Amino acid sequence: MSERSEPAGVPGSGLVKGLAVTLKTMTKRSTTQQYPDVAPDLPPRSRGVIALLAENCTVCMLCSRECPDWCIYIDSHKEEVAVPGAARPRQRNVLDRFDIDFSLCMYCGICIEVCPFDALYWSPEFEYAEYDIKDLLHDKDHLGEWMATVPPPPAHDPNGEPAKEETAAARKAAVPAAAAARPTTPAVRPDSRPAARPATPAAVPPPADAEQSTRPEPAGGSEPATGADGTGDGAAGEGTTR
Amino acid sequence: MPLWLELVIRIGGVLAAFLILPLLVGQAEHKVMAHMQGRLGPMYAGGFHGWAQLVADGVKFVQKEDITPRAADRPVFRLAPAVALVPYLLALLVIPLGPNDLVGQPLDVGLFFVLAVVGVGVLAVLMSAWASANKYSLLGGLRGAAQLLAYELPLVLAAASVAMAAGTLSLSGIVEAWQPWWLLWQAPAMAVFFLAGLAEIRRPPFDMPVADSELVFGYLTEYSGLRFAFLLLAEYVGIVVIAALTTVLFLGGWQGPFADEQLGWLWTLLKVAAVSFVIIWLRVSYPRLREDQLQRLCWLVLVPTALAQLILTATIRLAL
Repeated sequence: MSERSEPAGVPGSGLVKGLAVTLKTMTKRSTTQQYPDVAPDLPPRSRGVIALLAENCTVCMLCSRECPDWCIYIDSHKEEVAVPGAARPRQRNVLDRFDIDFSLCMYCGICIEVCPFDALYWSPEFEYAEYDIKDLLHDKDHLGEWMATVPPPPAHDPNGEPAKEETAAARKAAVPAAAAARPTTPAVRPDSRPAARPATPAAVPPPADAEQSTRPEPAGGSEPATGADGTGDGAAGEGTTR
Repeated sequence: MPLWLELVIRIGGVLAAFLILPLLVGQAEHKVMAHMQGRLGPMYAGGFHGWAQLVADGVKFVQKEDITPRAADRPVFRLAPAVALVPYLLALLVIPLGPNDLVGQPLDVGLFFVLAVVGVGVLAVLMSAWASANKYSLLGGLRGAAQLLAYELPLVLAAASVAMAAGTLSLSGIVEAWQPWWLLWQAPAMAVFFLAGLAEIRRPPFDMPVADSELVFGYLTEYSGLRFAFLLLAEYVGIVVIAALTTVLFLGGWQGPFADEQLGWLWTLLKVAAVSFVIIWLRVSYPRLREDQLQRLCWLVLVPTALAQLILTATIRLAL
């Protein structure tokens, strides 16, 4: 027993230390999770499965294109919607097929990040193992069923910066008051642009166009710069001026 | 009470202890070992914390096929589990549970009988090892023979010390003669007896003959079904016997803090449980000894200690 590898100290202290370790471990609670009997306590934002809210999907294909595994398959067709009173019927994308192959998915969540219309959500459900790998291809209806399990978004961190919606709402609320105080000053650039430019071209130059103000004013020199902040708005403005 | 009824009651009690105590020790080993390793152990069998795990194991073993290898020495192979089991049953017969002959069979040479009978266990190891016609079994059997013969010596010497101190070979007599200060006086003998006893029943860290990581399962390799269950049961009865012997010889048996006359059996059982716990605890804490370390511990530590204890005991006995 008291052989070569005995460390400095009382002989046999290592033996006692070993006994102490096992005894201490025995008095502590085991961390074993009784999983099938007791549901696991998952952290918030757990990535179990991806749920689809099909009504929100516009078939923009962003998720499918950004998917690193290419495991999202989307088919659609266009439908004409005739609105009574409208000049001509509109076209609308109709989602025919939205499949996610969870045998390929790596749960990166990029599809959910890029979806501009909040059609995809994380759900913490993870018990969808199948006997056949083909059954891991969840179709539109199956993905829609997961929506019931999507938890409400977690509460906002009190120390975080305020949500975009809140700041936008606060700004909007502040605009009418500012407009009432100084009616000549344009508060929001896109709104004031068509009216402000012909009236006072040199008096209130937009800051981004400062170096371009030396050019002849009526030309479209400032048009691309201002049109960049909202393409749809800029296109509409062009259409109306011509 | 007629003689035959008394006999039936005594033998029935011993048989009950023989069947129940090893199961309790086995279940305790499952749970204690699990918790010492940060696990939970069996949780399903029986509903409440797996209390029926060993019952379920027993049912499983009964259902299994009883295989005898073709090359095996059939009668010896089939007899070995019984040879392993019966000596412990006989040993339990003479170990006193409480005062006033609360014992299966009071015997004046109880200590001698117990040591002789426990020594038969070596035979079972050799029989099963040789008859299996398996090289791992044979290696395990050779290791077992070397270990068991070596450790028999310190076991007997340590027991002789306490017998000399009490002046009797009767186990009940030793308990009656026992006094608390013997805990100090006989402490080396107790340590030697306990360690040698562990080696006798091939418990880790002295499980070289089984050594499941190198010898498959040693002399148990070829066994299956009920015979394997019997050999495993023998190991757990062995724990009970060694714990009970340590209790009776060195820890004062039924002598407790109060009410020895009425609660003697309880003190004995509590001490047996505590010693069994230590046996399990040692198994969890220590790695297996190598063969040379095993022999070194026996011949260079335990035997000299036991001899020195004998001299000490004799000196104090003569002085008193």
